[in-house]
Amino acid sequence: MKLTINGQEVDGVASNTVTDLLVEQKVKTPVYVSVELNGEILDRNQLDSATLKDGDRVEFLYFMGGGQWN
Amino acid sequence: MELNDEQIERYSRHIILEQIGAAGQEKRLSSKMLIIGAGGLGAPAGLYLAAAGVGAIGIADMDRVDLTNLQRQVIHHTTDIGKEKVQSAADKMRAINPDVNVITHRMFVNAANIRGLIRPYDFVIDGTDNFAAKFLINDACFFESKPFSHAGILRFQGQIITVVPGSTCFRCIFDAPPPPGTIPSCSQAGVLGALAGVLGSLQATEAIKYVLGIGQLLTNAVLTYDALTMQFRKIDIARNPRCRLCGKEPEIDELTDEPLPACDLRGRKTHERAANG
Ligand SMILES: [Zn+2]
Repeated sequence: MKLTINGQEVDGVASNTVTDLLVEQKVKTPVYVSVELNGEILDRNQLDSATLKDGDRVEFLYFMGGGQWN
Repeated sequence: MELNDEQIERYSRHIILEQIGAAGQEKRLSSKMLIIGAGGLGAPAGLYLAAAGVGAIGIADMDRVDLTNLQRQVIHHTTDIGKEKVQSAADKMRAINPDVNVITHRMFVNAANIRGLIRPYDFVIDGTDNFAAKFLINDACFFESKPFSHAGILRFQGQIITVVPGSTCFRCIFDAPPPPGTIPSCSQAGVLGALAGVLGSLQATEAIKYVLGIGQLLTNAVLTYDALTMQFRKIDIARNPRCRLCGKEPEIDELTDEPLPACDLRGRKTHERAANG
């Protein structure tokens, strides 16, 4: 499956859910990430159930403080 | 207010801009902006707003200048170590431009004092360094109907969002700070000094555009910047109907303080403290 992740086309994605995609994309601190799927921000409790299909656009948006907490 | 000869000369490179002109400069001289946090983001923002001749600039911070700040907080000099940050920042802004009325607010912002703090100002710049303060500023600006600029920086990356009444808010994107139990241990994260300069300057740009009413603000979008790849990306983000603050069925109807641990230089958790710049 081909997705657009943070503006880049990524081919061969195996994950079916957003939670799996976070793992597959090696996102280190998922608790610091908010996910936008096709222009809509997902609730945290939707990440397990939100299913991905070919052509989806995914944005990982990171919490950023000022560098105090990692 | 009418510009005098010295002001016409001082601001000539702005006045000559078609979108600003003398009328724009006069408008700016009567505007009031608040910078919360005299740190990496607040430093360039404060310097540029002062240089631009913003009428009144409030600066809020509780900390004192220390040696680790100087790598990125360019408003503070080596001779300022130990000084109150608000005083150090005010000195530099006044030195750049005596036209500017600088108002110092030496305080930790918290749920009890922030609404009164921001109320007299036209625009708020969030230059804070922690999640608690960022949510507090978002919520307070929502309740007070104040426009503000959010920015965050980490390592080589930064992001910036402008929020005006009715646009996508910070909570539309980030519902709440990560629960305390899930926050990884207090390891120190670095940040490239010049990155703070980029993001803080962008915040000043948005503040000036807002008071002049020119261009398009960075609303309903996040601009991300990666210094390593030199990529800027603007990601459109629609308002979230399920936002707990500005959504259809809001749950947040008052300000609360989110306690978060502070970290010392060696990455140990120190005292709990209120949100601060
Ligand atoms: Zn919202």
